[in-house]
Parts: sequence; structure tokens; C-alpha cells
Amino acid sequence: MSAVFDRIKDAFAREAPGAAVSHGILVLAVAPADVLAVVARLKEEFGFDLFLDVTAVDWPGEPLRFEVVWHFYSTRDFVRVRVKTRVPEADPTVDSLVPLYGAARFMERECHDMYGIVFRGNADLRPILLYEGFVGHPLRKDYPKGREQPLVPYREDPR
Amino acid sequence: MNAPIANPVRPAFDRTLREDTVIVSIGPSHPATHGTIQIFTELDGERVVRADVHCGYLHRGFEKECEDHTWHNLIPYVDRLNYCSALVNDFAYCDAVERLMGIEITPRCRYLRTLLSEYSRVADHLTCVAASLMELGAMTAFLYLVMLRDWIYEHLADLTGARVTYTYGRIGGLARDLPEGWLARLHEILAKYEEFVARVHGLMDRNRIFIERTRDVGVISAADAINWGYTGPILRSTGVARDLRRDTPYLAYAELDFEVPVGIKGDNYDRYYVRMREMDESVHMIRQLVEMLPDGPVSVDDRRCTLPDKRLVYTEIESLINHFKLVTDGPQVPAGEIYVAHESPNGELGFYLVSTGGGTPWKVHVRAPSFVHMGGAHLMLEGYQLADLIPTFGSINMIGGECDR
Amino acid sequence: MSAPARTIPIARAEPSGAFEYIATKKDELIGWARKFSLFPYPFVTACCAMEFMAVSATPYDTDRFGAALPRFSPRQSDLLMVVGTVTHKQAPVLLKVYEQMCEPKWVMAFGACATSGGFYQNYAALPGIDRIIPVDVYIPGCPPRPETVIDGIMQLQDKIARERHPILTREF
Repeated sequence: MSAVFDRIKDAFAREAPGAAVSHGILVLAVAPADVLAVVARLKEEFGFDLFLDVTAVDWPGEPLRFEVVWHFYSTRDFVRVRVKTRVPEADPTVDSLVPLYGAARFMERECHDMYGIVFRGNADLRPILLYEGFVGHPLRKDYPKGREQPLVPYREDPR
Repeated sequence: MNAPIANPVRPAFDRTLREDTVIVSIGPSHPATHGTIQIFTELDGERVVRADVHCGYLHRGFEKECEDHTWHNLIPYVDRLNYCSALVNDFAYCDAVERLMGIEITPRCRYLRTLLSEYSRVADHLTCVAASLMELGAMTAFLYLVMLRDWIYEHLADLTGARVTYTYGRIGGLARDLPEGWLARLHEILAKYEEFVARVHGLMDRNRIFIERTRDVGVISAADAINWGYTGPILRSTGVARDLRRDTPYLAYAELDFEVPVGIKGDNYDRYYVRMREMDESVHMIRQLVEMLPDGPVSVDDRRCTLPDKRLVYTEIESLINHFKLVTDGPQVPAGEIYVAHESPNGELGFYLVSTGGGTPWKVHVRAPSFVHMGGAHLMLEGYQLADLIPTFGSINMIGGECDR
Repeated sequence: MSAPARTIPIARAEPSGAFEYIATKKDELIGWARKFSLFPYPFVTACCAMEFMAVSATPYDTDRFGAALPRFSPRQSDLLMVVGTVTHKQAPVLLKVYEQMCEPKWVMAFGACATSGGFYQNYAALPGIDRIIPVDVYIPGCPPRPETVIDGIMQLQDKIARERHPILTREF
């Protein structure tokens, strides 16, 4: 496991200088512009063929508010790698991984729904878990948990 | 005249590719789609040309709800992700939190969790196989399997107090130890399992109608399956022997003897057969685990997560305060982030947790296999008959709670 | 315009009391018939589906109450069983299904989520289906045990038996 991680660390010494293993997963923090290239190399050279997940973490108040996090799994070496990058609230845009993985299509839609991250290159960012007409991004920390946006007007006198 | 009812979704295509095709919307309240899903299909006669799958009808804000509860209090929510096998969710979540806290669970707890995970896997596969057989008209097989599942539910209710959603896992252990006679009843049920599943094998395996309806239907290739993020029985049905229990052993799986059944073609028949074989392997594992089960406590003796003994709470001020802090503030989880994946009955169930060092999580994200499987479901639907859509969909075993969260 | 004259004279029979007796018992008779021929439409969304499956299968068998055969067209059914969480995204669908059902119709809220939203009190979940459609029977539990469901069905049957059953349900 560590041999694979060491090779990856060496290969990405320029893009992800502070790469370290955390709880059994290699974490690569890269710049938004490098994401697509880094992931393409991970897939081609290191065999990370299974796209597990993409999500974001909201850190309100910080200059680069959103941290976009990807997880990949290698069905050859049985290891996982986490790639993350930070984007500002004003321009939360990262490159889409749809050209590399089909699975990215739905998960990027979900991340767009929940955090408003824009995936450049994913042509289909329609709401997936939310519905047409929903305003805002519910998993952002400034979206109140109880703010409902009903599609059907409530009955005047329930019961 | 009432006001028109709003439409929550927008289809990917609203005009047909050719003049002689039609667009049909299936669902979201369709009798045979378990779970609520909407599929827009373009039909050429009976053949599906394009399919656009919409999920999200059961999105009930799981992740937002988690950020509002303490690490312990959100276990019931975790239960309701994959409600066919709630215990697997419980244990995967608890495992993630425990690793973040650096807690080593007790041996008895480790074996019990493994046993119950496999038991849940049996119940989940029973549900999936039963429902997808019923959709093909095999009512007898459905009744056999549901009967069996009901015994398992009642048996788990003896242990946990609930039939479907157990809330049995705790951070650092389990809610309680096995009641008396539980293992004896387990053996009875496993014997019944063999009898009933043998009958279903007899009814289905070489049944001409069943083979015609499922062989070479809903085929997905191994390369496609990996590209679209498939894991679990669907990936294995394509011949790729990837199983987290074998590849990255967790809990007690490293010590068990089991096979990873794989299919050949990746069609509906293979998915049915892989699930049936996996249940046999699970039963084989359960029998080994019963032999291996050590004595001892089920929860770690750690003040950071385990509630103190009730007797001490009433007599000792330290225990009282400890209890109070654990209940009101929740277990204090050190800052950090972790991704832990378990092999759930549907595939890789991953929990990505972010903690800022408090009693409530900063973020809980679930990598739900069903959701990922829905992303590539159109591959298995396009090019086949409309009537095959339902059995194919049933064999994917989409679980709404997990898919839409 | 005056009513046309009757062409067929109505023969007045000696009042035996039998017809009058039946007429007063009409509601009871129709109620008795209706309560044993409930055709449910399962609007199944979430976890409660597992218990719905159990309750309609062999061990609990709702067929005993004449409420087993699910109709998968709302137009053919008279009992809407809302099984599981209904979200805001799902609400228009539920309303559409309800409006398609013919009178007389009853609605059963199966489980805590359908009743009140359960422990999902957030932006996504509808806080009880009675916000959008009227409900006749609420079944508690998360999910309810099959016995609770059977009790719910029996209470609904009692309610139907006690109800008035007008021939026309609204003004035309």
C-alpha cells in the first residue's frame, strides 16, 4: 500500500507538495486548474479506475470557501486516494471529470445541487435530488435547515 | 378547475429522435418500481431507444439533518439510508467515527458486527430477489422468500427491538448483548433458509420463462460497469471479483473462509444468481462466526463514547456528569476527515466524515451505491424491451433512502 | 318548464315495511359492502415499504380484510395508502394521484413520516401528507409493525361502516 502511495507522492511532487496519508487514504491537495490533469494521470498511470465520490465541504468565512473533494479507488492495488481543491464563493468552478469517468455525471449534478459548485464540461447540471424551481443550495451552511419551498400550496385547514 | 400541478423535473429530451418514436414517462409512482424513480423513455415500438433516469423523489435532507445532531443522535438517520439492511449502515458509520476517534472495538463486538452484517445481507438480498421475482410473476417464490425474511425480521427484533430500522450500533460498541437463546434460534432460521432457498432454486433456476425473460437482458460489460462506478453484486455479475470484504478486509472478514461469486455476462440472470450465491456465502460465514464468537463486553470501556453503567450514574457524580455530557454534547470527535467504506449488499457504502472537533459533525457525506448505480442505469435499459425495464430495474436493487438520502 | 306528465302509473303496493326498513339501513348495507372491498393504491416511497411488503405477504395477509389486491391505477382504487416519507418533490405527484381517484376514497397515512414528516423536519420533507390531502387513518410507527397496520385497516373499516354513503357525493 505504502509503495503505491510513495510513487504517487513522487509523481505529483509539483502539483501536490503536501501529500500525506491520513487514515489509510493518500490526500492530494491540488490547485483547481490541475485537477483534471492530476486525475487523468491517476487513472492512466496508477490505475485508479473507480470514481467513488465527489462532494464539497463548506467553510464559511474563509477566502476560498468551498473545498471540493474527490475519492478514487484502484481495483488493482485496493487503495483509495483523495483529491481536494479549494475554490472561492465568487467563482466556484472546477473542471468536470465526465470525460474520464461516466460515474461523475450524476455525482457532479448532486454536488451542484447541494453546494452550487459548477463543473465546467458537465453539460447536464439539472437538479437531481432537488426539484425545478428550488432556490439556493441546501447544504451550504447559510441555508437554514427548515426553509421549505413547497411545490403544492398547503391546505388551509388540515385535519 | 384546479390550478395545474407543478412538475418537479425536467426531462433531458422533449422531442423524439425520429418521427415514429414516442416518449413515455414511467413513474415516479409506478407499481413495479420499488422506490420512487422516474424514467423518461423514448420508445421505438416496444424497444427503448433512450432513457433518462430521474431520482431524488425521496431526498429528505439526510446530510443537512446530520449536521444538526450529535454524532450519536444521527444513528437513526443512518439506519434509514438502506432500510433493507440497516445494520450494515450502522456499523459502517460507527466504524468511521471510531477510526476518527482512534477507538479499538472489543473482540466480541467485532465478531458480532460481522455476523449481523452478514445476516442483514441475507435479508437484503432476500428482499431484492423476492421483489424482482414477483415482478416477473413468480408469486410463489416471493411468498417463500418474504416468509423467510419475516422470520429474520422477528429474530432481529428480539435482539434490537425493531423489525426494520434497528439503531443497534453505538459508537464504540453495540446497544446490548445477545439475548438468551438467540443463537439457537439463528440455527433454526438458517436451516429454514436452506430449505426455502432450495425451493426457490428449484422453481426458478431452470425455468424456461424465467431464463427467457432474464438471460441476455440488461447486459452491462465489465469495462462499462467500472467506468460508471458500479460496485457490489452488479460489478461481480460482470465477472469482476471485487469485494471489499476480500480486498480491504475490515471487521473480522480477514479470518473467515468465503468465496466471492461472480457472473459471466452481467445480465439479469447473473445478477439474480450472484445474489443467491452471496446469500449462501453469508450463511456459511455466519456459521463460522457463531463458532468464533468470543465472550466479553460488547462496548469499549471508554468515557469518550460509551455511556456509563446506569447504576453508577445514580450513585457517582463523575458518572452522572459523564452521562450528561455524552447525552447533551455528544461524543467529542477530534478534528479531521475520514472516508470509510464497507461492502454493503448493494456495493461500496462509504462514509466521508468531517469533524471540527466537537459533538456534532461538520459534514457527513454518504457514497451511496444505489445513487451511483442510477447514474449508469440507462446503459442497462437502452436497447431492450419496455417490459424488461422493470425486471432490470429490480435487479439493480435501487433503494430510495440510500439513493436520494 | 313544467315537468312532463308521467306516462307509467306507479302502482301503490300495500306497505309491508320491508322496503322502508332497507331504505333506513341503506348506509349500513353499503358501508358493510364497501368496508370489505377496499382496493388499495400503494403509494410506496420509503422504509415503510418493507413493512408494507410484509403485511401483504403470507404471515400477516391483508387479504383477510378484503384489502389485499393492490390496484395500480388510481382510477380503480378507493384506498390511497401513503407508505413512507413524502418530500416536497413528491408532493405534486401525490396530489395528482389523489385527484385521479374516484369517490368514495379514503387515505391512510402509513408511518410517522406520512403522518407528520417524522424526524425529517427540514427543507426537503413534507411535514405530513395532511398538508396537501385529507387523511382518514394515521398509523404510527417508524415503521409501524404489521399488527399496527392491521389495526389501522380495521379502524378504517369501522369508520367506513359508520359513515353515511350518499349516492351522489357532491352537487351537480
